[in-house]
Amino acid sequence: MATEESTGLVFHPMDQFIVRPLFGDGPVHWYTPSNVTLWLALAVLAVWLLFVVGTSGRSLIPSRIQSMAELTYGMVHKMIEDVSGKEGLRYFPYVFTLFCFILFANMLGLLPKSFTTTSHIAVTGVLALLVFLGVTILGFVRNGAHFLGLFWVSSAPLALRPVLAVIEVISYFVRPVSHSIRLAGNLLAGHAVIKVFAAFAAITVIAPISILAIVGMFAFEIMVAVIQAYVFTILTCVYLKDALHPAH
Amino acid sequence: MENVATYAELGKYLGAGLACIGMAGAAIGVGNVAGNYLSGALRNPSAAASPTAMLFIGMAFAEALGIFSFLVALLLLFAA
Repeated sequence: MATEESTGLVFHPMDQFIVRPLFGDGPVHWYTPSNVTLWLALAVLAVWLLFVVGTSGRSLIPSRIQSMAELTYGMVHKMIEDVSGKEGLRYFPYVFTLFCFILFANMLGLLPKSFTTTSHIAVTGVLALLVFLGVTILGFVRNGAHFLGLFWVSSAPLALRPVLAVIEVISYFVRPVSHSIRLAGNLLAGHAVIKVFAAFAAITVIAPISILAIVGMFAFEIMVAVIQAYVFTILTCVYLKDALHPAH
Repeated sequence: MENVATYAELGKYLGAGLACIGMAGAAIGVGNVAGNYLSGALRNPSAAASPTAMLFIGMAFAEALGIFSFLVALLLLFAA
């Protein structure tokens, strides 16, 4: 192993997450088109292709792409109905948009040389904060002061309730943090692991093992991409249910 | 003064390594959720389909805490 250097890996596993301007070099401002902008736009384009172009035939016997779109629609519809109840269906468009956008952003991030937008807490943080703010406002608009009953666990013994109220308030405000970091952290960790194995592939002795490991990790990452989109959406449904029916 | 900087660097890497212990906790949690789901599902296979949503929610909550420890490691390595 004479080729191994003391400086460590051939390339840094976190290099793939650097935000770069799309055209030329220079500082990245909020208005600079960067690789994040490109891949966010591509995710929207992919959603549009599947759900607008793919279903434009509107045939009674759906084509393959149309039935993919219909199955996704049905799955999310049933998920909201099961978790948040019939009333939750009013907010179906937003939840469905969230699911599709996150799913496609995750999947596009798995393409080689691409950029995983959902691995950035800035992106997932906005999604989670919008859900948090939306659900909180919705809760107060629909239930008024009764929404605070969410923090007052009426089924617990009276002496315990103030303690539980403090815990409930803390856990309520941690929601957007865990909601966003779960998605970003999962993708960040998975992609970093793939790149670590890729760097090991440069060492001849262990190259076959690390290439096999990359294949395995990619399969795992495809699963993670779908499951994390599902989890983000189902947690949105759970929060929605809390806003619609705050009583414990 | 040079020693102080070296020790700070050393502490950063030690801390990042120690943060990985958090993964063990997340592993226990996720394993518990999946194992209990499986043992329940095998006792009554006809009712196994309905609690899958709860299974994923439970897994997500257990896993999030493991992700937090990963985040601590990242912060120590790249941000501290």
